[in-house]
Order: sequence, then structure tokens, then C-alpha cells
Amino acid sequence: MVSLELRFSGGMELLFGGTKAVTVDVPLKAGAATMRDLLPWMRDHLLKERPELFMDGDSVRPGILVLINDADWELEGDLEYALKASDEIVFISTLHGG
Amino acid sequence: MSLSNEEIERYGRQMILPNIGRPGQLAIKQASVLVVGTGGLGAPVAMYLACAGIGTLGLVDHDTVAVSNIHRQVIHTEDSVGVPKTTSARKALEKANSHVRYVEHNLLLDASNALATLRPYDVIVDCTDNVPTRYLLNDACVLLGKPLVSGSALRFDGQLTVYHYRNGPCYRCLFPTPPPPETVTNCDDGGVLGPVTGMLGSLQALEVLKMVALGESAFAGRMLLVDGLAGAFRTVKLRGRQKECAVCGDAPTIKELVDYVQFCGARPDDKTKPVKMIPANERITVRDLHARLNAVPTTTAAASATAAADSTTKAASISSSATTDGTTTAANSTTVTNVPTTSSAAAPAATSTADRSPSPVVLLDVRAPVQFGIAHLPNSINVPWRDLPSRLDEVRALAPNGTSLVVLCRRGNDSQRAVAKLREEGIECVDVIGGLEAWSADVDPEFPRY
Repeated sequence: MVSLELRFSGGMELLFGGTKAVTVDVPLKAGAATMRDLLPWMRDHLLKERPELFMDGDSVRPGILVLINDADWELEGDLEYALKASDEIVFISTLHGG
Repeated sequence: MSLSNEEIERYGRQMILPNIGRPGQLAIKQASVLVVGTGGLGAPVAMYLACAGIGTLGLVDHDTVAVSNIHRQVIHTEDSVGVPKTTSARKALEKANSHVRYVEHNLLLDASNALATLRPYDVIVDCTDNVPTRYLLNDACVLLGKPLVSGSALRFDGQLTVYHYRNGPCYRCLFPTPPPPETVTNCDDGGVLGPVTGMLGSLQALEVLKMVALGESAFAGRMLLVDGLAGAFRTVKLRGRQKECAVCGDAPTIKELVDYVQFCGARPDDKTKPVKMIPANERITVRDLHARLNAVPTTTAAASATAAADSTTKAASISSSATTDGTTTAANSTTVTNVPTTSSAAAPAATSTADRSPSPVVLLDVRAPVQFGIAHLPNSINVPWRDLPSRLDEVRALAPNGTSLVVLCRRGNDSQRAVAKLREEGIECVDVIGGLEAWSADVDPEFPRY
């Protein structure tokens, strides 16, 4: 189990039943499991509607920014980032309105 | 270049800041800034930059002022409704600071005119409302070597960053692929609160002033995320410029502007476009609906209303709890038959789906409850289209054989999705072309638009 803090904003929360933040114990191994494992787990266990608006292939769909502990996940290896206990992972839908 | 005594007096409060001083004010006076979009973000950006004494302020917009803009686009006023936004904004700005040179660009930016429009300016401010224009501005700024101060807002949320500045990423570094159009929500559909755009626009103006006067920004390679509802502000570190970026990378493949409408599969505005998802014979016009509602024989109406006292009361109470003044005219001019619960009441009319079918009409309004609460047709029943899959039995009970189930929404898009879903489940129904906006335009002008 690895305990993670997941946050959703910019409209992403609407796909997750309106939840903006949730602490979850994910049945994955800390240090070994990666974001590549977390995304399908979230899709299967947390997502409330329309999986195509969350994932595209094995990653998030275009227009979603992922942050790991307040940094762009690209800086952390994106899909290959190894999850640690208490990581905070944020999923943000980019906004275009003005 | 120098500063007059009048200018020193006018700008004194910002000039006495140690970081600004006389050199900073002169830099501001020498600067030229282009504000693209004079809406919710552009209004405060333009006003603060003008009042701060920017030398040349360009304003780009192709739209005219609508009354539904003013709650957030605070540079525009009631007497500007129908006036080009660039003109309305310039007039307001001139009243605030006549020292600034204002340039109106009353046009829709596209690949053919963007480089020429942006070229004379030092800093570009993205206050637009749509994806294609955001990619267009990004690519034009990279090709011209200009920084792009980008803000966006929706609902209670906002985002701010500065692209292509101090080795930070460009928009394409972060988002090489545009989002699928169906995932993009505009302010028309999602809603937005004025202070949210006001806050983000004010922050954009602040970054421009720092870039111009100090040559720095807090948001190159960083993004501010604002959750106005939670009162939460968070700044995150972004990736740097990407070597493999198609436009700002080491070996760019984009060397001139492209077709952004095609690239994004979306139009360069924030208007919701009508879709055609279902065949014409599954759709009726608002005039058809009006005629059908009037054609229902009163006896049938009375009979079913009596027979269905329980459900009528329920439907009526849903209506009356939220009905606004605007719906009363519709109530007077139409005879809406309420939901019959027994087939006997409707039996004489239960023959066909022909146009002139006198069968009692059941109105199913599939908008979100908050929109239903703003205004709705009398006796219409609200089941949001997203909830239909879990509420099919309820819908079946609403419209037994012998009734005509008519599905409507705000514009006639979601109602088609609903009809497609319901027909898949064997529930006969039609949708109303153009929805309640068309009802307001063609049948009952008293029905409010929002």
C-alpha cells in the first residue's frame, strides 16, 4: 500500500464526483510502483464518468497538467516516477476562458 | 525621453517604489504592449497598464459588447452594448489616461494577420477565450521572439504563467497536443465570476509592469493556480523549454504560422456551436412545440390533469419553486398537459407520432438543475442529461404510451444527446431544435436568456 494525496482542479474534479482532494491508500508498492500504474488504478477505482476525458493511451489526455509535489511531472520522469508515501499528486485541466 | 511634471505627479506613487523610480517609469513609458482580448481578463489588464503609463497600448478584439459581458468585462458599460469592444475599451481608457497612445485592432487574429499585428509590440498579453487563438499567439510570439503573459479563468478557477521568457517553456512545450474539443468548457457554458477574471487580469498587468520596468517575472517557468472558491493560491514549477518542442525547440518543425482551427478542431471563439447528432425526423421546432402544446384538447388536458393529480402536483411544485417572472407569459399562452399516470386518460389520442398528434405532451428539460432554476417552461420536468442513464425508469414512468415525450435544453445540443440515449433504451421521444434560446427568439420573447 502507498498512501497518496490526490487533488483535482480546473474542472478535473467533475470527473471524480466533485472531489477536490482525497487521501487514498493505493494497493501498489511504494518505491516500485510508478505513475504508469497509478493512472489506470485511478481510472478503475476513483473516476466517476467518461474515462476518455481522463486518459489517452497509457497517459493522461492532452490538456491535463500533472503535478507531483508542486512540480510539473515532466521534471520528475512523468509516467516513470516512482510513487513514495505521502506524495501529493495534482491533476489540473487547463483553462482557456477569459 | 523625459517625464513632465504632470506625469511625475500622476505616477509618483509607483515611482517612489525603489524598484521602479525614474528609470522604471521611463521604461514603462517607452514600452508597447498588446492586449489580445478585451474581455474579463483584458479589461483589468488594459486599465492597469494604461493607468500605469504604458507608452503604447494595443487592443485586439473582433467582438462587440453584449450585456452578458458586463458582469466581468468591467471596462465596458451599458451605453457600449453593440459597440466594438476595442472602441468601447479605448474610450474608457482615454478617460483614465490621455497620455497613452492607444491602437485599436478590431479584427479576428488568425495566421494571416497575427505576425503583422504583434510585431510592433514588446510584450503580448493573452486574454483570449479559446484554444486555437492561444496556440496562434504562442507560435507568433516564439517566431517573433516576444514573451507571452498568459491568463485564463473559468468558474472560480484561474491560471497564470509567462511563456517563452527567460528560457521558460512555451505553451507547446507544456501542451504539444491540443485538448479534444469536447473537453474544453467555455465561460458561456461553464460560467465565470467577475472577480476571478479581475484577479487574474490584475496579476497579468503586474507581470507586464515588472517585465517592462525590471526585466523580470515571477512566472517564467512557473504557474499560478488559483481556486477562488477555496481561497487557495498555489505556484508550481513548470518544465523548462523543451528541446524537442515543435516551435521553440532546437530543431523546430513549425517555422511559420499554421491553420490553428484545423490543428485544434475548434473555432477561434468561445461560442457554443449547434451540433446535429440525430435525424431531422427526431426533432421539432419551437413553433411545432408551441402548436402541439396549444393543440392538446382541453378535455384531454383536464382529464389527464385530474387523473394524474399526484404527479401534476409534483411537477407543478417543481415548477413553481423556481419559476421566474419571465415564464408566466408562456404559461398564459400555452396549454401544457401534465403527466398522465394512467394510459386511459391518454388512450383516445394514443395513435401515432404524426406531427398533428393531439397526444399530451410531456416536457423533459435536460439542463443542469442550476439552469433549470433560472427559468423553465411551466410543467416541464428536470432530469439532467448526464443523469439519464441512472434515471431511465423515472423517465419511462413520466411518458407512458400515448404521450409525446419532448426533450429540451438551452440550445438544442444536449437534448439531442438525451434523445439518442433515450431512443437507445427504447423510449420514443423528440428534441426541440435550438432549445429554450429558440423558444425565446421565436415563440416567447419574455422567456429569459442567460
